[in-house]
Amino acid sequence: MAHRRRSVRALAVLAVIALVMTACGEDDTGGGGGSDEGPSVPLEDQTLTISNWDAYTPEGLIESFEEETGVDVTLTLHTTNEDIVGKIQAAGGGGFDLVFVSGNYLQTLVDQGWAAEIDHDQIPNLANLYPEANELGYDPGNTHSVPYTWGTTGLCYRTDLVETSPTSWTVFHDPPTDLAGTMTMLGTNPWLLEPALLSLGYSMNTTDAAEIEAATQWTIEAKANLKAFDDTTFYSELAAGNTSLAQAWDGWCNYGIAENPDIEFVVPDEGSDLWTDTMVILESSENKEAAHAFIDYVLRPENGVAVAELVYYKVPNEPAMEQLDPALIEQFPNLGMSPSELLTYESLQDPGEAITLWTDAAAQIKAS
Amino acid sequence: MADPGRRRDLLLGAELALVYVFLYAPILVLVVLSFNASGLPTSWGGFSTKWYAEFARSGDLLSSLRTSFVIALAVTGVATVLGTLLALGLERAVRSTFLDTVLFLPAVVPDIVLAIGLLSFFTLTRTTLGIQTVVLAHVVFDMVFVAAIVRTRLGYFDRSIEEAAQDLGASRLATFFRITVPIILPGVVAGALIAFTLSFDEFIIAFFTAGPTVITFPIRVYSMIRFGVTPVVNAVATLILALSFTLILIALRLTRREARRAIDR
Amino acid sequence: MTGTTRGRRRTRGAADPGGRWLPRLLFLGPGVAWWVLLFAIPVALILLYSLFTRGPFGGVEYRFTLRNFERALDPLFVRVLWGSLQTAFIATAAALLIGYPAAYFIATRPARWRLPLLVLIILPFWTNLLIRTYAWIVLLNREGLVNRTLTGVGLIDEPLTLLNTRLAIVIGLLYLYLPLMVLPLFAAIERLGRSPREAAEDLGAGPVRSFVRVTFPLTLPGVMAGCIFVFVPSLGNFIVPDLLGGGKAIMVGNLIQAQFFQARDWPFGAALSISVLAVTMVLLLVQARVLTRERRLAARG
Repeated sequence: MAHRRRSVRALAVLAVIALVMTACGEDDTGGGGGSDEGPSVPLEDQTLTISNWDAYTPEGLIESFEEETGVDVTLTLHTTNEDIVGKIQAAGGGGFDLVFVSGNYLQTLVDQGWAAEIDHDQIPNLANLYPEANELGYDPGNTHSVPYTWGTTGLCYRTDLVETSPTSWTVFHDPPTDLAGTMTMLGTNPWLLEPALLSLGYSMNTTDAAEIEAATQWTIEAKANLKAFDDTTFYSELAAGNTSLAQAWDGWCNYGIAENPDIEFVVPDEGSDLWTDTMVILESSENKEAAHAFIDYVLRPENGVAVAELVYYKVPNEPAMEQLDPALIEQFPNLGMSPSELLTYESLQDPGEAITLWTDAAAQIKAS
Repeated sequence: MADPGRRRDLLLGAELALVYVFLYAPILVLVVLSFNASGLPTSWGGFSTKWYAEFARSGDLLSSLRTSFVIALAVTGVATVLGTLLALGLERAVRSTFLDTVLFLPAVVPDIVLAIGLLSFFTLTRTTLGIQTVVLAHVVFDMVFVAAIVRTRLGYFDRSIEEAAQDLGASRLATFFRITVPIILPGVVAGALIAFTLSFDEFIIAFFTAGPTVITFPIRVYSMIRFGVTPVVNAVATLILALSFTLILIALRLTRREARRAIDR
Repeated sequence: MTGTTRGRRRTRGAADPGGRWLPRLLFLGPGVAWWVLLFAIPVALILLYSLFTRGPFGGVEYRFTLRNFERALDPLFVRVLWGSLQTAFIATAAALLIGYPAAYFIATRPARWRLPLLVLIILPFWTNLLIRTYAWIVLLNREGLVNRTLTGVGLIDEPLTLLNTRLAIVIGLLYLYLPLMVLPLFAAIERLGRSPREAAEDLGAGPVRSFVRVTFPLTLPGVMAGCIFVFVPSLGNFIVPDLLGGGKAIMVGNLIQAQFFQARDWPFGAALSISVLAVTMVLLLVQARVLTRERRLAARG
């Protein structure tokens, strides 16, 4: 009996050692097959596996793309950037042909060799992008990604529940008496530290430990004035009146406005960030031509309009924004923000190694 | 003797009733919200049945439900068998504190680690992702729950009964089926219930091991977070509850008829 | 009769030492194989990362280091771990106090009622976790049902802040894992039948005494299983602290999730997981020891 137990253990240890050795040698192989140069397979025989957020692809877009090109598309879902990047990482860079991911997550994909270079020749509709959309900080020139939607962050509040309209990020730190305890902030980085960093005059992409520390202290002090950190239910809480003011992405604020027109969105005086959701082709994809064709299809003006009408976000597609229904812009004023204004805000980038400082800051704030 | 027993039964019964109140209060809220005219998950906007209509229209919610059900069923089958065998083996064939401790690990390791570990493993071994990989993954921790629950049924009582049976000439196999199995059966059933539940409502491991073509119900619902988890999910949940309640009632009626027949006999 | 049977068992065993391997292979083989292949190896793959360094933008650089374990001992993480242990402990204790009487009652009903009553316990969990948690938000809100009932009945004047507190987290965890306490308890209690309790009471022990000295110890395996099934997932849960705790109090599960997903620091995430596992292993060892002791006591008596 004892020797059986020992042999079970020994077997397990041997198996582990064997796998460590294979794992150590595996890191440069990555996932699936290698990349193809040139279309060896005709377009209509290619397939496309796409991962996107739910309700983020206009209805019918996939079907009409499939009809037009003959490409067989599988759409799967992810809830957060972290989920999809984690999945790609665990799969060694494979599993999908095209993923929708935010710009500040691109760097990690490029750095590990998982994001394919975009062949601009295959995407003539890139010309539809605003010139500003080609100079975004996380990927100047759009070499490895193509922007899908973009926007900013600000204060989303109930005009009927606040005495004076808020105009500054400092409202979280030094609120008027009527707002204390009825405000929410976003709980994930980089937006968690945004009010602090911008109030203190620092950059949204800071990697300086002292600045991050100061911002952490500021936020811990602000925490006492908050109802909660809320990333997901803040707009419905606003619409229901359980929250009076929330730090919110402009598009999400529009969901609140759609439910309750007393809600308004404002970018604070100190400025804000510029976030971008992008389309990225994975290096491991064997259907890169189809992926490029899809991106080109998405960039058609009518599809840009469909995206904006579906998600109430701005798209960096010039003809699309010009064709947008003026009534929609009237209902959601932040849709009318100009690209030049957007570019006055800092484009979010991956903090690199400093991200551990950011994550520790978040842990400190939430644990205090 | 009857009276203190009676009183204790009443107290315990009242306690169970309170437990049910605790368990079902949110469920009641959930059911009521399924008729919410407003799409907001946390506030009421009037009565409407539009979410049930939407569920009837939406093909993908229904198919994700079916996927989760199929997976949970398969997982329960395999995990119950494996878990029961493990419990019997650990109790009878090998007495080892080491194995006892180590057995629990899959239920105890953070599920994130298990999720990304399994995906890494499947990638390394070039395993195609799909329903089968989710089943493989879920069985790993489910069988531990089953094993632990079945083990609570095993001990010295049944040992002596088993030996008595064998003394009287019963074969090992017969002893197993006619004596051991009835003893462990409530544990097996309880374990199976847990295994099904844990698999049906599991998100993160399924998300990582499912591959792009498999969308389970939890994956579908979680992905709705970004744009609002509308009451259509509540409508689905209400329907699931209604169906299960009906099944329970039917089962009770059937067993009552059987019990009455037994008495008549 | 017990004496002769035991004596005979010993002789049978001694006369048949070589035949033990078949039942072992049959019973343990499949489970252990599954365990090694689909648990030990995948998890070891990840945990081994703890010995390496995070790449500059995420990913893993195969440079050996022990720094991750040093960081895991950082006071911030120790504080969060300690807080999580406390919260998980409270939730577990509450689950045991609530779950034991419920399981006992179900176990002592006529046979045809037991399964339906059990299924009723677990039925809420066939609805989705997310919407159940949202329902709790509705209940615990300042204008929520709980506050309204309490003010309506006159117990309080001002609505209590129940949401976004540690209390809300405990309630959420308790709610989530109660069935995992009740079902093992049920299995253990039902095994007893009425005889030991009645025997003890026949001998003059009061109901409390017979429970404490006879019933409860006999159900200890179920108690231990239930406690572990509630305690450990409570430690690692990250949804409840986020949604019901309003992100104002985090638990170890949030920390680990943040390392793997937000910091993309798999090595450190692995190291944190190992430190949590170390704590859990202690509990598991205690549990295994208790089981062995119970077995030995039972065999003797």
